[in-house]
Amino acid sequence: MSTQLLTVSPSPHVSSQLTIPQIMRAVIFAMLPALAISVYNFGLSAIIVTLTAVVSAALFEYVIALYLLKVKPNLMDGSAIITGMLLAFNVPANLPWWIVIIGSAVAVGVGKMSFGGLGNNPFNPALVGRVFMLISFPVQMTNWPVPTFAKVDAVTGATALGALKEGLLLGKTVPEIMPELPSYSDMFFGFQGGSVGEMSALAMIIGLIYMLWRKIITWHIPISNLVAVAIFSGIFYLINPDRFASPIFHLMTGGVLLGAIFMATDYVTSPFTHKGMIIFGVGIGLITVLIRLFGGYPEGVSFAILIMNAFVPIINKYTKPVKFGTKPVKL
Amino acid sequence: MLLNLTKKLKRFHKGGIHPEENKFSAAAPITELPLPKSVTIPITQHIGAPAKVVVERGDTVKVGQIIATHEGFVSSNIHSSVSGKVGKIDKVMDSTGFKKMAINIRVKGDEWEESIDRTPDLIKDISYAPDEIIKKIMEAGVVGMGGAAFPSHVKLSVPPDKKVDHLIINGVECEPYLTADHRIMLEKPHEIMVGTHILMKALGVPKAIIGIEANKWDAIEKLAEVAKDYPGIEVQGLRVQYPQGGEKQLIEALLGREVPSGGLPFDAGCVVHNVGTIYSMYMAVQKNRPLIERVVTVTGKDVKTPSNFSVRIGTPISDLIDAAGGLPENTGKIISGGPMMGKALNELDIPIAKATSGLLLIPDEKAHRQEVYNCVRCGKCVDVCPMGLQPVELSLLSKGKDLEGVKANGIMDCIECGSCSFICPSNRPILDYIRYGKSNLKKAPK
Repeated sequence: MSTQLLTVSPSPHVSSQLTIPQIMRAVIFAMLPALAISVYNFGLSAIIVTLTAVVSAALFEYVIALYLLKVKPNLMDGSAIITGMLLAFNVPANLPWWIVIIGSAVAVGVGKMSFGGLGNNPFNPALVGRVFMLISFPVQMTNWPVPTFAKVDAVTGATALGALKEGLLLGKTVPEIMPELPSYSDMFFGFQGGSVGEMSALAMIIGLIYMLWRKIITWHIPISNLVAVAIFSGIFYLINPDRFASPIFHLMTGGVLLGAIFMATDYVTSPFTHKGMIIFGVGIGLITVLIRLFGGYPEGVSFAILIMNAFVPIINKYTKPVKFGTKPVKL
Repeated sequence: MLLNLTKKLKRFHKGGIHPEENKFSAAAPITELPLPKSVTIPITQHIGAPAKVVVERGDTVKVGQIIATHEGFVSSNIHSSVSGKVGKIDKVMDSTGFKKMAINIRVKGDEWEESIDRTPDLIKDISYAPDEIIKKIMEAGVVGMGGAAFPSHVKLSVPPDKKVDHLIINGVECEPYLTADHRIMLEKPHEIMVGTHILMKALGVPKAIIGIEANKWDAIEKLAEVAKDYPGIEVQGLRVQYPQGGEKQLIEALLGREVPSGGLPFDAGCVVHNVGTIYSMYMAVQKNRPLIERVVTVTGKDVKTPSNFSVRIGTPISDLIDAAGGLPENTGKIISGGPMMGKALNELDIPIAKATSGLLLIPDEKAHRQEVYNCVRCGKCVDVCPMGLQPVELSLLSKGKDLEGVKANGIMDCIECGSCSFICPSNRPILDYIRYGKSNLKKAPK
């Protein structure tokens, strides 16, 4: 008889090929088109901000895991890199490097590691970092660089959303403000101002399609989120087109696509079931529209996602899957 | 195109996964394995009470002779699969990983009981009454051959308060790699049809449906063609999706009925039997041939000739592996059954039992669990659970020994199909925890 040693373990003996490092890598790939547009728009500064955020996020994760949590740091799971990239995607390309590092520290340290690391944080870490920076450094965080191709002398300018809000406060109507803003096709391809990652609707949609194709995410969160933004902003647009911008404007400006595709779909901070995901997506869409139309900030995506993050446990509780064998049998 | 093939493929509707199929041995005809030198026949090859040994060391036995009788209703007779001399009756390692009482028989010649019809002729006429049929099946020691090994006569004895209107024949074989049922359907279609008629008569049901997944299209076509001569039998193609061969999933796929939580197929008006079992029942009733052999797939990525063997019960697995080209050098794991629900074996002389559907040889580099990451709450396990449970929740509650919690979250509904552990991107041993929770719940005082 052979003396070969055999491995014995309980079933199942095979597993899916899609593991955490592969998923994280796919998400990073999905973000590259958006990054490329940003580099085209802002040149070196987009690269500097992104690299600063990624390196500092990874460093904070490593140090905190090793010296504070006293666990084996696991950078290979790739989550710190994604947090860093998303953080960079949510800030202006000319943000001073030291603010980026502070944001990174808050995102990773407070947003993620303080809860015990990957999988335990209730809020999206990158958004925790972003909101912290927005509140602590409001001037730098809303000082948008003008894309290199813009034919203006100014170094900084407003985003479309900011310009709209400002115009409305000055008593102008939406049709009067619109001609001063980039055209829809410029917004679609990315010829507009804004945060590093939210330039181009097209780049976001490519990322979405890639992640759906790789089965990294399902359609439920991004589509319900976007449809909700379209419907709620559409209702107000139909009521008063002078005071409220069109749903297309709301979908293509600011962080709606970035949020719906890359931030709201974060596994850790979104619900388990498809039903829960739809409620979550619609909630983000509604809150985003309410903040944009009636709030003090021109943009509301970050707050909307963070608010809905807080509702995830309760959504999970009330959207448990229907157990097999509860349907009455009809012979 | 045949009429019933133009119908839409059906499938079950909750959860499910699509592991790589790897049915390497699908084209290999069933071949008879040469008689082994000796067999070791465990007296517990079924769910229920162990059979009672009725032979002694030194006795001479014939093929088909009873060597252990069933103890009580939920138990099964055990027959000698060879002729020869009874040797040691002692505890040996079996596929469960525990030592179980077994009867060793040294093979001498191949002498069969006279009552057994060894001709290959098909006997279509069913001359027995329903209770006689069930008795013959019980005498022949037939058990569920898909893996569960539940005594078949118990499944045929419908409680008087239940109404059964469908017999369902399970030809799904949803486990990757395995092809034993596929080959039986291709090579013994008439026997399966007659066997199905026998059961329809025993149960008094007018309708039978044979469910087969679309990755065995030749079997669907073959059986649909043959079924034209057998009234009341319908062949239904199914979209490939694991675990469709689970009886609850199969009933839901075919009839849209959900077996109630904690209930049996009876409660959904069904009786489900595997095609391999149907074949054994045909042999038992029409040919007086007890369950002494079965078809076993021997396969794996590095197996020289992936095969389907007709094997006498009690043959050591090493005989089958040798016949399939020998044990590949890189073998790290040997699984009895399929990769999703099969059991890893720890020795090479473990005997083939009534429910051993296959031997899967896994190379060492694939034999080990992968690195485990934190749970990222992606919800994929919830998405794929065919029982509508929340595996992530159950595993955490089980880990924390929260017995109330696991019970309230339906842990006993878990069919242990392994879809959750399969899909988990963090490679978490979700099903291990759930099994732990289940066993703690069973042990707990009521």
